[in-house]
Amino acid sequence: MNAIVLSAIWGVVMMFSGLFTSNKNIVRAVAIFGMALLFTVNLLDIYNVHLFKVNVHEMLVFENFGLLFNAVAFGATLVYFLLSGRDFEKVGNHFAEYFALIFFISCGISLVTSYNTLLMLFLGIEIISIPLYILTGSDKRNLKSNEASLKYLLMGAFSTGLMLMGIALIYGAKGSFFLHAISLGNEAINPLMGAGMLLLLFSMSFKVSAAPFHFWTPDVYDGAPTVFTSYMATVVKGAGFIAFIRLFQTGFGSMHPHWQLAVAIITASTLLFGNITAVFQQSVKRMLAYSSIAQAGFMLLAIVSLSQKGNEGLFFYTAAYSLATIGIFAVLLKMKDYTFEGFNGLAKRQPVLAATTTIFLLSLAGIPGTAGFMGKLYMLSAAVENGKVMWLVILAVLCAVISVYYYFRVIQAMYLRESQDATEIEVSPVFKGLLIATAVGIILLGLFPQWLIDTLYFFTI
Amino acid sequence: MGQLLCLLTALAFPLIFIATWNTTYPNANRFYAFMLLSQAGLMGVFLATDALLFYFFWELALIPAYFLCSTWGGEKRIAVTFKFFIYTFLGSLLMLVALIYIYFQTPGDHSFALKSFYELSLKPDQQSWLFWMLFIAFAIKMPLFPFHTWQPDTYEQSPTATTMVLSGIMVKMGVFAVIRWLAPIVPGGLWGWGDTVAFLSMVGMIYASLLAMQQDDMKRLIAYSSIAHIGLMNLAIFSTTNAGMQGVMIQMFNHGINIIGMWIVVEIIERKYHTRKMSELGGLAQKAPGLAILFVVIALANVALPLTNAFIGEFLMFTGVFTSNVSQFNYIYTVVAGISIILSAIYTLNMIQKVFFGNTNSVTAAATDIRPNEKWVLAVIVVLIIVLGVYPQPILNLTEGTVNSILSKMITKHP
Repeated sequence: MNAIVLSAIWGVVMMFSGLFTSNKNIVRAVAIFGMALLFTVNLLDIYNVHLFKVNVHEMLVFENFGLLFNAVAFGATLVYFLLSGRDFEKVGNHFAEYFALIFFISCGISLVTSYNTLLMLFLGIEIISIPLYILTGSDKRNLKSNEASLKYLLMGAFSTGLMLMGIALIYGAKGSFFLHAISLGNEAINPLMGAGMLLLLFSMSFKVSAAPFHFWTPDVYDGAPTVFTSYMATVVKGAGFIAFIRLFQTGFGSMHPHWQLAVAIITASTLLFGNITAVFQQSVKRMLAYSSIAQAGFMLLAIVSLSQKGNEGLFFYTAAYSLATIGIFAVLLKMKDYTFEGFNGLAKRQPVLAATTTIFLLSLAGIPGTAGFMGKLYMLSAAVENGKVMWLVILAVLCAVISVYYYFRVIQAMYLRESQDATEIEVSPVFKGLLIATAVGIILLGLFPQWLIDTLYFFTI
Repeated sequence: MGQLLCLLTALAFPLIFIATWNTTYPNANRFYAFMLLSQAGLMGVFLATDALLFYFFWELALIPAYFLCSTWGGEKRIAVTFKFFIYTFLGSLLMLVALIYIYFQTPGDHSFALKSFYELSLKPDQQSWLFWMLFIAFAIKMPLFPFHTWQPDTYEQSPTATTMVLSGIMVKMGVFAVIRWLAPIVPGGLWGWGDTVAFLSMVGMIYASLLAMQQDDMKRLIAYSSIAHIGLMNLAIFSTTNAGMQGVMIQMFNHGINIIGMWIVVEIIERKYHTRKMSELGGLAQKAPGLAILFVVIALANVALPLTNAFIGEFLMFTGVFTSNVSQFNYIYTVVAGISIILSAIYTLNMIQKVFFGNTNSVTAAATDIRPNEKWVLAVIVVLIIVLGVYPQPILNLTEGTVNSILSKMITKHP
């Protein structure tokens, strides 16, 4: 509860901060402070210190898993603010509002990690989506940004429609919005219930950009200002997955055998589509958009297998993937040329940037010793343990091999090819330090994954 | 077995460094850092008794090799090492899935420990597909026909010091892994698919030998000859006899030493004359007698002449294959393996003849003999070749226990 209230308050604070001061450094400092505060009060919640007492009539349930996911999301956002906060000002004049919108999204994230009724799920998803439509179109004079925003809005509205329809059908079948009520009595499948569940499956797949509902993703990610793509592709996507797994575990868990195959097919097509299309991209930004679809395919394995290991894995995978992707985007923002050729010879010009990007890419590719490997290991273990989807595991592994191809293309460009232009890329020592810290974090998580996983069991509420 | 291969690794790296002392690399500090990192990975692979740790080191050995080849290699290096990396990575991920699957089959609180893997008795159909998932990873590393296509290109393009590591030690990872991580865990798959794999090994041996005969580039010739030798080792493992396994053990060590010796000679020749083409060389024996004597001994070991170390290994492997009772085709395998040895004599002696004898030409006219450090390294290798050729008992004693325990584990799981 702490996080929900505070993020909403801080969003308003951020909006006014733009009114009272035009000094961008102060605004950014306020935002960073706010995110750190949000992170802290969320931890306080875990330690049983509740700053706000609100009777939510059981519509929200605060569990370890959700709260710790909040911690991961806020932590990642904090890293994101620190690394890319300066690049907000390049997007447009409404500097403070961008921060405010991200705080509102954080509010939505804390809702979708703790909802107990479908109404709250809907509310949370909408609170996340609407600021995102604005952020996507925030580069007002850029036609591509406007197009992306409109596309996102239309497609998003469509999927929201599907979701509402699904919720309505489920309400018709069960007479309740509560997840525990929905989960009862599903031994024989009811047509209303089945249709509602399918519609919810589709709309959630849309939100996490799973194929074949992914068509908006490359255009939106490519059109949106790069600094916001970074946020959308990581924290927001992770939150979508938490909502997804919460719904299918608590709500539809008893129907697992019925929908497992459908989700497995969605997973398989996401993996195939994301990885194969990413291979053909010429722009690193677009490649990352497709790679985020591919990574979503891996995260979907947790929903297919629906187990303890899957939950741990999703939690860990989100953290690992977010850190690495935020890092790469932060480097990408410093580049003038987003094509693979733009990265040529980066190792000579900026050795620190190149080395850290290499670690991020290795983590995304899932090379042992990095956090990404542990994430993939958990996901594969979960799916193998389930035992019914071995074909999917083999497919996922083959796709992981394909992913090496496009991630390593960047590494090759940085280290093995010579650069044509000699323009300097200016980065501050602080930025470099933060990048190194992120990279070290990724390696440490890869070597000691229990540091993060154990938090899931260590705290009790 | 782990001890033996660690000994090989620990012995090989100093020899490689001393032998390539005079080669200069841009960013030499990074070059040596990656070399030593790959040594750490290799040692880890040979020592790990936990499946996950084994996988970790397996990859750790691969990553530095990728960077070594792609940064300091020849002009086609980027594409070639990429192929190498993707190939091996595909294999390792399949292996990872198989290891995870076996992990979930272990009783109680699941365990990745090698011991609990050994105690496990899997169903025949599980063994059958687990066998392929593991074996593809190891076969790519070895490399076994038809998974070998990355190998000649990578060997050719890599800096020679890295090629020595790749062929001297890293290919042994595959052989080693089959013995430790495949045979005792899924023996059913091993027996069931034994003939298929043996057939592939046979095809690989003959095919690689024939290709080696066609090569003009010394590096490619040695690369193909390595495929042929590894094919024989694989055949011997699948014979599952005591003699065959012992032969593989000693041959892993011997092949490591011998092939590093061969590469050192290639490296010396390339650095001095800026060519590896046999057709452009000739008459080196007159100009560099020291090099010629040492190289001839190493090359004869490559042909497995009696009194050299490889003879012991190959003799034991032949005995193993011949007396094996797991397949009814063992006579055919022995004959084909024999033919590959004859072919290896043809291409090796042909190489000696073209490079060291005949008339000198413009490239080799101004040749001088080798430097002391190179001479000493080659001398150490030659001494090892002859000592182990005459008295291999210490190594055989060292590996006897392992061989017996692995064979007994396999037999207890025999249906």
